[in-house]
Formats: sequence, structure tokens, C-alpha cells
Amino acid sequence: MSSLTLDIAEGSIVVLIGPSGCGKTTTLRMINRLVEPTSGAIEIDGEDITARPVAELRRDIGYVIQQVGLFPHHTIATNIATVPKMLGWDQDRIRTRTDELAELVGLDSSLLDRYPDELSGGQQQRVGVARALAADPPILLMDEPFGAVDPIVRTRLQDELLELQGRVGKTIVLVTHDIDEALKVGDRIALLNVGGILEQYATPDELLRDPANGFVEEFVGEDRSIKRLQLKAVSDLSFNQGPVVDVSASLAQAKDTMERHGTEWLGVTEGGGFLGWVSASDLDAVDDLSQAPRALPAAQVQRDSTLRTAMQVIMTSHTSVAVVDDNGTFGGVVTLESIREGLEQGGEAL
Amino acid sequence: MSAVVAQASNPIVRWEYFVDEWDQILEAVVQHLELTVISVAIGFVLSAGLAALALRFGWAAGPINGFTAFLYTIPSVALFAILVPYFGFSRVSAIVPLALYTLLIIETNIVAGFAAVPADVRDAADGMGMSPVRRVFTVELPLAMPYIITGLRIAVVSTVGLVTVAAIIGQGGLGRLILDGLRRTFWTPMTIGAVLSILLALALDGLIYWAGRRATPWANRPKGTA
Repeated sequence: MSSLTLDIAEGSIVVLIGPSGCGKTTTLRMINRLVEPTSGAIEIDGEDITARPVAELRRDIGYVIQQVGLFPHHTIATNIATVPKMLGWDQDRIRTRTDELAELVGLDSSLLDRYPDELSGGQQQRVGVARALAADPPILLMDEPFGAVDPIVRTRLQDELLELQGRVGKTIVLVTHDIDEALKVGDRIALLNVGGILEQYATPDELLRDPANGFVEEFVGEDRSIKRLQLKAVSDLSFNQGPVVDVSASLAQAKDTMERHGTEWLGVTEGGGFLGWVSASDLDAVDDLSQAPRALPAAQVQRDSTLRTAMQVIMTSHTSVAVVDDNGTFGGVVTLESIREGLEQGGEAL
Repeated sequence: MSAVVAQASNPIVRWEYFVDEWDQILEAVVQHLELTVISVAIGFVLSAGLAALALRFGWAAGPINGFTAFLYTIPSVALFAILVPYFGFSRVSAIVPLALYTLLIIETNIVAGFAAVPADVRDAADGMGMSPVRRVFTVELPLAMPYIITGLRIAVVSTVGLVTVAAIIGQGGLGRLILDGLRRTFWTPMTIGAVLSILLALALDGLIYWAGRRATPWANRPKGTA
């Protein structure tokens, strides 16, 4: 491996990714000294990792591997308690912590007395994560943690990891070869090339928006824009109100609003809540806006929906507009145009 | 007339022999058991040492295996006889060859057991900051146990059989009954010696199997559904 310099922010998830032979696993294993670098230094909180006994260092760093590596002869509870036992915790503290962890990673407590062979792959992986978190280490190393489970379980475990991270806020270094996984779970991604050359170290959005070179561009794939849609949420957009008026507005105001937006339809709200879409042709037959039939179905998205979901909704709506539902109140509208602008704007909105 | 009949009648087992020679039979069983247990115990300790060497120093594995295999090829009768000039018609002359014969079986199984410990399990143990000594005794040894148990079972069964041969140097427990019957063309002690030897082998084998299952509860559970 060539020289590599990475700065990993506390409490963030950094993904190491790259083709086979790029040294991503080797890099990971250098952090807990399962591989010793021939030159250079690794520091945690400014302290060189070689400054203290290796066993002590490792007990402070959670370690999760693809094959999980559970001890087949120990029950799930005993597996989870591995590091606390080495640290000399008393029985009561270990039991309390084990129950807490089972709950945290979503393991039924009835499984605690089983042996690893009696669990499914997904359950075993959860135990692996629980075991790594047992002594509450500030750092978690994960080597292709979801590589051995099927795609459905993998997606679920990824979601669970993000949810878990929201609660525990560890500094996580995760190795994967799956770019979609990297984009999904990483706060920052280090893309390595064969020989350990760092091609780019950036946020997922930066990596997609502004690949550093041809290698990065090829690695992230041709559908970069589509992938970015997945990364951003509706709340990242600066959405406008659109052709929308309150139900108390006059017909003249309504027509005026449509003219300004160049649409043949109009949204009606009442007391902040969205009532529905009204067609321009229906306005001639009524005296009052409240009487107008709200014939067009309203397609709705949430603030935390991804732009990809928003796009999906827009594609299937009659008005080419998605209404942002902000906990029951009207939050604005999303159009294809606003999505395109949002992507152009880059990462600033994030 | 009655004497002739008595001579001609040489049944497989003459039941009164049990009553007449009970003390002898019991002594033979006890001696047989002692020789077996002592020999296998010594063989186990030596095997553990050799296996540790083979596992610690990869280059030693080949020579150790060659040496124990060579010992195993020496005919037992010859090996017992060779030692008599040094140790006389003593227990030592019986135990040394019996112990040496177990080396190939037990050492090979110990090495296979440790080799079968999954690499990811070892990696996880190291990664969690387990010391090598702790890893060997709390992770690798328990996982190697089924192999070691198997080695012990084979060693015990084969040793029980071999102990009978040690009768030619005046040891040998139940072998003495067999030899005695052979010399006198008298079926009863031969049959009793052979049958008890078989029963002893089966009993010891069953005992170790049972103890092994007790020691490895994780190995007897049904697999989980994916």
C-alpha cells in the first residue's frame, strides 16, 4: 500500500470503498493493529495507537466482520459479553448491559440463551454488532458487515445501522465494495484505488456531483444524478408556494395566480391545510372558490421523502406537482424544475 | 468313560469358570483398565505437547507426523519384546509401547481440531483484544474438543485391544486369560478374555462419547432457519 492520509471526524460514518486489492480492509485492520503499518502513524484523539498495549486498544474499538465470527460454543448472551468479561465487569452489570444491547439491535431476548448456529444470518449479524458495542467503545470498525446476508436483509440492516448511529453516535469506519451501500450509510466516502491510492475523500453528494477524476466517475456509475436523488430529501429544496391561494380568495385573485404561474389549475388551502386542486375551466361555473370542484387528486410527499420518491410522485400526478405535507399543513409544492434546481445547487443545501 | 466325555466336551464357555476363577477375572479386568487408562493418559499428554509444537511451529508438523506414523508401523509384539531387556517383564515395558501407539491418533486429531477453528472466529477474538493464551483456552480448545474427543475414543478402543498383546511379556490383563486358554486349548478363558476386552472397549468408548457430548452442548443443537 502507498501512503494514505485520512482525517475521520468524531461521531461520523466514514466508508472505505474501492476495487479488490485497494487495501480497504488492510487500512481498517491497521486501526486496531491486526495489521501493523510499515511506516506512518495512526492517531486516535491525537494519541498514537501504538502508545498503549494492543489488547487494551482493541477492547476500546468495536470490531464487526462479514462472517460475524461469533463463538459457536458460547450462547448469544455470552458472545455479547465477551469484552465486558475481559474488562472484569461483574455479573449483574453484564446481564443488564446484554439485555440493553439486545433491545438496541432488535434481538428478541429469548434468543440470548441460544447458540449462534440456531440463528439466521441477519440475527447473527445483529449479535455481531451488539457484541462490538458491548463495552460502549467510541469507535466501531465494520468490515463488509452486511456482505453475507441477502439483499432484503441487507437493506434492513443498513437502515438499522443508521437508526442505531442516530442514538449511539459512534465514530464508524466501514469497509464495503457496494457503492450504493457507501452512498447510503456514509457521511464521507474514501474511494481507494488498487495499491491504496486515495482517489477522492468526500461526502456522498460531492462524490456524485463532482467526481475528482475518471476513475471516480466510473466507480460511482453513470446514473450519478439518479443516485443523488436518493441522497437528498424534499426538505433540502427551497420549494415555493406554487399556484396556491386560500379558499377565501376572490375568483379574480385565483385567475391572477394561475396567470402568474402559467398553469390551468390552482391549489386551494384553508387554515394552512391543503384542500385540493381546482381546474381553471371549473371556475367559470361558480361564484365562489369554495364551490369549485376539487377534481384533481393531490399527490403528496413528506418533508423527509427522498427526491427520488418526490420524482416518482410527480411522474404519476395529473398536475406534475407534488404537494408537501408538513404534518397536515401545506408546506409548498415540488416540481421537476425545483428538483433539477436542487441538484444544480449542489451540496450547500445539505 | 466319563473322563473321555469330559475331555471331548470343550464348550465355548464353561460357566462354573466364572465362580472358580472370579478373583482372577476381576484382577485381569482391573489390570486391563489400569494399563489402558495410564497408557492413554501418558499418550495424551505427549500428544498435546507434540500438537502444540506442530501448531506453533509449522515446520515441525511434518517431522512430528512422520515420527508418530513410524512408531505406529512397528509391530506391537516386536516393540514389547525390544523393551524387555531394558525394563524387564514390567508394567513399564507394556505402557511405553501402548502410549507411543496413541501418539499418531491423538496428536493428529488435536492438530485437526485446532486447524478446524474458523479463521473468522480467530480474527474476531483477536480483534476484540483477547490475549493469545485466553484465545487458545477459551475459544480454540473448546472448538477443537469434538476432534480431540474423537481421537481419544479411537485411541482408547485400539489400546484396549493392544493391551491383550502385552500378555506376552507377563502383563496384559485380559490377554493373560486368552493366552492361558490358548496354551491349554481351553476355550473358556479365551472367550471370556476376548468378550470382556470387547465389552471394556465399548464401555470406555461410550463413556468418553457421553462425556464429550456433555462438554460440547453447542454441537448438538438444531441449525437455525435462514
